[in-house]
Amino acid sequence: MTGAGFGAFVRRAHDAGRLVVQPRMGMSNPERMRAGLLATRDADATTVGTLTLDSYTRVGDLESAQLAVLEGVDLNGYPLVSHETATTRRVLDRVHGPHFPVQVRHGSAAPQHIFRALTAVGLDASEGGPVSYCLPYGRVPLRESVAHWTESCELLATLRETGAEPHLETFGGCVLGQLCPPGLLVAVSVLEALFFRRHGIRSISVSYAQQTNGRQDSEAIAALRSLCTRFLSDTEWHVVVYAYMGLFPETEHGARRLLAQAAELAVGSGSERLIVKTVAESRRIPSVAENVAALEYAAAVAARTGPDPLEGTATETYAEAYALVDAVLNLDDDLGTALLRAFAEGRLDVPYCLHPDNAGLSRSYIAEDGRLRWSDVGRMPLSGVTAARPAHTVTSSELLDSLSYVRRSYDFDTPREEGNSPGPAPRGA
Amino acid sequence: MSNPLTPTPGDRPVLVAGGISDSHTWNLVYLQLLIEEHGHRVVNLGPCVPEDLLIGEALAHDPALVVVSSVNGHGYHDGMRTVTRLRETPGLGGVPVVIGGKLGIAGPCGDEEAAALRAAGYDAVFGDTADGIAAFRRMLEALPQRALV
Repeated sequence: MTGAGFGAFVRRAHDAGRLVVQPRMGMSNPERMRAGLLATRDADATTVGTLTLDSYTRVGDLESAQLAVLEGVDLNGYPLVSHETATTRRVLDRVHGPHFPVQVRHGSAAPQHIFRALTAVGLDASEGGPVSYCLPYGRVPLRESVAHWTESCELLATLRETGAEPHLETFGGCVLGQLCPPGLLVAVSVLEALFFRRHGIRSISVSYAQQTNGRQDSEAIAALRSLCTRFLSDTEWHVVVYAYMGLFPETEHGARRLLAQAAELAVGSGSERLIVKTVAESRRIPSVAENVAALEYAAAVAARTGPDPLEGTATETYAEAYALVDAVLNLDDDLGTALLRAFAEGRLDVPYCLHPDNAGLSRSYIAEDGRLRWSDVGRMPLSGVTAARPAHTVTSSELLDSLSYVRRSYDFDTPREEGNSPGPAPRGA
Repeated sequence: MSNPLTPTPGDRPVLVAGGISDSHTWNLVYLQLLIEEHGHRVVNLGPCVPEDLLIGEALAHDPALVVVSSVNGHGYHDGMRTVTRLRETPGLGGVPVVIGGKLGIAGPCGDEEAAALRAAGYDAVFGDTADGIAAFRRMLEALPQRALV
């Protein structure tokens, strides 16, 4: 362990009793990007920085990204591959370092160009995964994504020869963001972490995205930690919680309360890092000030929350996640091949995912108690592990109801939580 | 809507596609269910649909309607590229094509952008507002009646 990498920074903060908070942030203009990183660094919170890339770079349409840079057109993220290396080095100069590591967030199923560009500017932390950045997000065949991610992990791992400790975070704990029962989220996150490990990465974070029921989320993170303890014993790892990734509350009190619950979930479950959302989330890409406000609010909530993790292995979520991980690992010694077989045979099957390589037989719903449950497990090896409710055909308005369940719950509840959640009011909101 | 939509009867599907660089899926799942409930078969191309794929699928399916949906903020630029290429393709000059969603990174798409999208070849542009959604539903409700004529 060099002690200088992204994972080591998070570990030190956790040992000191502090939750690391992080925004999603990417602006195409280099000066504005640098200002965003500085504002993140200087926030009243323990932070790491983010370069979120634009979606042209993500899908490999470098011609469009380059054109936008030349014409000065604003993109929805920082075009890392299209800006000159010297430009990005100036963005990061005296900002990125051991006390403020910066992670590149991208969403690509073929991230080799991104990993080359980030290593060229002195960065060593990113995120994604062969499944989670393929199936939900586009049309790249899973087989190609697995090959791209194999090459990309190995490319990033070569940084270890220079004494660095490159870091990768799974996006598998999010998948489509909504309506995926946590057992499958945990399983995909663990499988992607194992994939990174087998391709040379030794510093890993496993993600889990806040869902619809706080208790179920705590159980899921406990299950995730138990599985990582079991399968990643020789690897530096931590858990990163994503504040809710679906339709966000539209009211300020709703958005703040949901973010506060994410911070409480993160600290309570013993997680080390939280990626925040802002009060602007439901409307548009948030401003830097809105991000800083969210970071500081989450940090304040975290500071007055104590860890209270659940026992990991006694829950249905653990049983589901273990059954899925075990089934995949038994399919083939090569994890990439195993993942391909698992999806081809429907042993992993993401509900509502439109990708041609996803079986599309599984369906899920929000139960009356707010827990995400299976209405149909398809061909996943979960019979005897979970009780699926027989499905009926979901209508468009029922789907919209389910997708907006969290928004509705948090917007329409009276803001009583504000009374017992005193914290700094979001600035710039 | 300034231009009338004139789909023909039969088993011509509605093509649903995300913008070129747009990875969002739930909008597409919702649209599929909504359009199916109005009695149409849907071919859902999913998120991040490149122009060539959309053009190829449109030529193969002879759709009654093409719906492009975008929520990532690149809807305007991606949508312009898509419709320009599609309208240049022989055989696709007349296929009804509409676009909707969150079309700009700074919030709602303005009237000027909507007019430019229509001028580039969209038959209708639906904003991410209650009015936009209501107008889209009215268009769907109008489709079968027109198909029966």
